Amino acid sequence: MRAKLSVLVGAVVLVVAACGGGSSPAPGGGDGDLAGTKVTVGGAFVDVEAAAFEEAVKAFEDATGVDVVYNGDKSFEQQLNVQVQAGNPPDVALLPQPGGMKNYASQGKLFPLPDDIVASIDANYGPGWKEVGTADDGKVYGVFHRVNLKGLVFYPKAVFEAKGYTAPATWDELKTLMDKMVADGTPPWCIGIESGAATGWPITDWIEQIMLRTVGAEGYDKWVSGETPFTDPSVANAFEILMEIWGNEQYVYGGANYVVQTNFGEAPKAAFDDPPKCLLTNQGNFITAFFPDDVQADLDNQVGVFTLPAIDSAIGTPAEVGGDQAVAFADRPEIWALLKYLTTPEAGVSWSKAGGALFPYKGQDLANYSSELDKVFAESLVNASFVRFDGADAMPAAVGSGTFWSEPIKLLTGSQNLDTTLGNIAASWPK
Amino acid sequence: MYQAVAEPPPPRGVGQVLATSVGRVLVSIFVPVVAFIVLWAGFLFLKDSGAPKAVIVLVAIVWGIGGVAMLYVVANWLTEKLPPAWYGRILPFVFVGPAIAILAFYLLVPAVLTGWGSLFDANGQEFVGLDNYVYSFSNPEMVTAIRNNVLWLVFGTLFSTGLGLAIAVLVERSRLDRLAKTLIFLPMAISFVGASVIWRFVYSFQPEGQPQVGLLNAILGSFGIAPVSWLTSEPLNTILLIVILIWGQTGFAMVIIGAALKGVPDEMLEAGRIDGAGEWQIFRKLIVPTIWPTIVTVATTIAILTLKIYDIVIAMTGGNFNTQVIATLMWKQAFTFFDAGRGSALAVILLVAVTPVIWYNLRQFRGRAI
Repeated sequence: MRAKLSVLVGAVVLVVAACGGGSSPAPGGGDGDLAGTKVTVGGAFVDVEAAAFEEAVKAFEDATGVDVVYNGDKSFEQQLNVQVQAGNPPDVALLPQPGGMKNYASQGKLFPLPDDIVASIDANYGPGWKEVGTADDGKVYGVFHRVNLKGLVFYPKAVFEAKGYTAPATWDELKTLMDKMVADGTPPWCIGIESGAATGWPITDWIEQIMLRTVGAEGYDKWVSGETPFTDPSVANAFEILMEIWGNEQYVYGGANYVVQTNFGEAPKAAFDDPPKCLLTNQGNFITAFFPDDVQADLDNQVGVFTLPAIDSAIGTPAEVGGDQAVAFADRPEIWALLKYLTTPEAGVSWSKAGGALFPYKGQDLANYSSELDKVFAESLVNASFVRFDGADAMPAAVGSGTFWSEPIKLLTGSQNLDTTLGNIAASWPK
Repeated sequence: MYQAVAEPPPPRGVGQVLATSVGRVLVSIFVPVVAFIVLWAGFLFLKDSGAPKAVIVLVAIVWGIGGVAMLYVVANWLTEKLPPAWYGRILPFVFVGPAIAILAFYLLVPAVLTGWGSLFDANGQEFVGLDNYVYSFSNPEMVTAIRNNVLWLVFGTLFSTGLGLAIAVLVERSRLDRLAKTLIFLPMAISFVGASVIWRFVYSFQPEGQPQVGLLNAILGSFGIAPVSWLTSEPLNTILLIVILIWGQTGFAMVIIGAALKGVPDEMLEAGRIDGAGEWQIFRKLIVPTIWPTIVTVATTIAILTLKIYDIVIAMTGGNFNTQVIATLMWKQAFTFFDAGRGSALAVILLVAVTPVIWYNLRQFRGRAI
């Protein structure tokens, strides 16, 4: 009873604080009773990104006196499963996969968000974000903080301009551009897909973007939900479009064997060598954090970007997004205060300024983004009408973080053909 | 034992006898209960306490060591209360019992539960019989993993033990005995993950025309040969991963076998030489049979290691390029795909594969004089 009462009191205090504050930060508005409490947060990002997250919650810590302890681990999702089974998960987990959230919610391990946080999501986010945080029982569990926009093609600005290249508006123009680059002696694409236990995920991003551009929103949803199997001709078509580029040694720096062994964060650096070894990187907005230091210091002048162009002009260029959602494994007022803080634009300010991060808040001040690039991303994200979440993240784990990663690698290295690849992925889909 | 010859107590009244025995029983119950409460309180403190880490560590050490000591003292004290004949009978169990109980709790119970869990579906809800085993032996990924594990078992064990034996025998006669042994033993000090980081640089591949950071490709390059993508060349890549294990384990085999060699009596070897045996004959017919139990122990230890190999594969290739082994697939099923059933089935398969080796090893131990 006492616990429940204190939650209630905490929630009331929060609502009052949120209502009274207007544009001021929402975190509890100095209610002293949270001071000295601690919230543990677990996530998959480490190093620079972990430091930026700690910086982002510092305003919350200062305002409430709550100590937020972030613990990052590259194998976070596997670790979390062990911790949950052992009964000692972190208070808040930043889950990269909506499937993981649904899994834990159906096991009754998560606590649904209180109404005031859901109301805050409605007020601060564009359409779609609340739905991705909703489990099968119809309750909202997840809060999105930092998100990714994918399908962005980065290039070294100076070389691009010196050679007289222009950003392609259609897929055909892209192919023409690629051939021009080959003729000029540089392979167009920098690609790396190595990522530890998650090796292969950049392949899924490419396929998803091609699918979005060839089958549209409805077809994409059917494919992600499993209604359209991987053996369907529309999926085979997407893989063929991918292999036209990836399977051609001229188009990809180092060829397939180099691609599969090269870290996704290392690969784009080759574009900034002198002379560049390759020119184009199709990645999410977060990839700028992996660029060489001197490039990062001068992003706006050194890096240009265009959206991966449309394949079918009737469908256009949809936006693919992704992101970690914060979910609560415990029910304490300081945890809800933190999650509520994460739904407000203030939670994104410091990280926007630091760069390499993008936030979905409708009311955010774009001037906070330190670079012109980030500003462009945020603008297109906030204004996008056709937004879809990362499909692999929403598929069952056995496919989305299993065969959809591992089988195409075998296709790339030539140890199996396309039919076998798609057949194996389709066969691994849980019945 | 001297209680047995102690003077019998002077006869007393029935009421007195009853009172003392009731008192004794009460004390005998009271003491273990107090001991249990103390241990439980310690456990609760360790579980929920927000005390500083240093305090928790200190309490854990005192609680752990003190708790075990207390258990022994209390159990011993209890058995001493028993009649002398029973004291002798029960005492061994008092001392061996806790070890067996802990072993059962941490090894036997999980093993049985895993076996039981392998008969259920991904969420452990529905009984599916042997479906998970059928999957394990029919899935092409699994078949490759089993093939790879056999490669690990055969080449890893054979070369680690063989090289260890050869080096131990050859180096024993060298004046650089100690230096050579130290150098070969050094990799033992490196964890497999650490070793893998080192070997990634050996196998590293850069596109042709670029400077080769990888040792092997740099050597090839100096002869004008095009670089090879070692880790993606199947099935050579599995062999290349096994080389890392051999690099790490040869030192272990060498040191153990080397120690056994020192125990081979010189008189026997001399007698052999006087009888006209060649060095090769002495090695094969005298040295090897004498140290055979040691060779078997080393080989079985490495064999078990190869069967449950995991870290090298995960660190080098993540199980891609058809280098996966049973343990990496087990980890994937259980912790990436959240399929408890298939994960358990793979764990059981691993356990069954290791069992004959352990059994053989134990038999060797039993047959040996200590």
